[in-house]
Amino acid sequence: MRASLMPLHDHKGGLMIAVKATLMRDLTLMLRRRGEMLNPLVFFALVITLFPIAISPDPELLAVIAPGLLWVAALLAALLSLDSLFRSDYDDGSLEQLLLAPQPLAALGLAKVAVHWLLTGLPLALMAPLLGIMLALPAGSYAVLALSLALGTASLSLIGAIGAALTVGLARGGVLLSLLVLPLYIPVLIFGAGAVQAAIMGDGVSAHLAILGALLAASLMLAPWAIAASLRISING
Amino acid sequence: MSLCLQARQLACERDDRWLFEGLDLDIRSGEIVRIEGPNGSGKTTLLKILSGQHSDYQGELFWNGVAMSDTREHFLANLLYLGHAPGIKSGLSPLENLAWYQALSGESGNEAQRLEALESVGLAGFEDVPSGQLSAGQQRRVALARLRLTPRALWVLDEPFTAIDRDGVAALERQLVAHAQAGGCVLVTTHHELTASSLLRRIALG
Repeated sequence: MRASLMPLHDHKGGLMIAVKATLMRDLTLMLRRRGEMLNPLVFFALVITLFPIAISPDPELLAVIAPGLLWVAALLAALLSLDSLFRSDYDDGSLEQLLLAPQPLAALGLAKVAVHWLLTGLPLALMAPLLGIMLALPAGSYAVLALSLALGTASLSLIGAIGAALTVGLARGGVLLSLLVLPLYIPVLIFGAGAVQAAIMGDGVSAHLAILGALLAASLMLAPWAIAASLRISING
Repeated sequence: MSLCLQARQLACERDDRWLFEGLDLDIRSGEIVRIEGPNGSGKTTLLKILSGQHSDYQGELFWNGVAMSDTREHFLANLLYLGHAPGIKSGLSPLENLAWYQALSGESGNEAQRLEALESVGLAGFEDVPSGQLSAGQQRRVALARLRLTPRALWVLDEPFTAIDRDGVAALERQLVAHAQAGGCVLVTTHHELTASSLLRRIALG
């Protein structure tokens, strides 16, 4: 018997469908695991609560260090949640399926990072002004704090995802992830905390925010490719 | 167009040990190729190399006569790979899992297709149960529903019979034969004895 031939098809596109479905899937998964989603927020609140207790409740002293404290704590909270970005996909085998999809991996990775920022970075930015009150952050700098964090955490998610992709194959990649990623966070931290500092001093904040925006644009351009390459390296090992 | 996956002088080394050397393969339409060998003989590694996941090998791969690296997109658009792990998200229902896989291949599909695929693998009534509550065999069946849902010419299946009950094994075996008869191609590793047929070819490793 001669077997009939099954038609082979060319890659038909459908990138937007795949990206949208990945966004929806990750959003649904995260919203069903609310505990995990709340962890970075609770961590952020608790760390900020510790400072007035440990240093001094003196509002004048706290106001000086508040921008730096808020930024460092938010940065660590964002870092804390990064380890799980690709971990569960790696464990249940859907990551290898993601790599075998006939779609550019960079775009699918970007969708996953976008969900991470929406459910971690953005809530952290919205919560920060509230914690600013606790640290007696001077009036007039609250909006800048939220805005700088919203811009900055997007870069943090993108850069951190490269580290998360590189360490996803390791059993205890958490510490290594911090070592890899924290040095790369320094520029974002400098200009993020600087923006709030400038707002308190009454200087113009647009320069700082513009640089944060530039950092975000650069990471948006470069990070997706680095994430895709890192995922391939992790799966290959 | 008929499909043709070729390997020339394929060799792979793991921890100073050659899993296989000088392997020449020609896999064509209408074949079921079973890779055999004891545990640790490199069956999964070979499947991963042939499905384009591992790049750590020597030798060359050709898809329809073109070097794999030049035609990767076309190859992936015709490949369906099911690995050791079923790739099913425990937090999503079987329907949601299938919807994502369908979208990954670039088509939005519709719910009726997905319901039908689930019914064909015996999961009618479990469509909306979180997959984490399903048994290992049922989760495997959700993954197998993709065989029906996304028509692809080349199936690469790593131990697809794991955790499947006897009736399910028979049904899956029939499905593999039907796929080969329709001009598709199946590459499979399994410790389960497949019924001998003229379509079946064996490759022994180790």
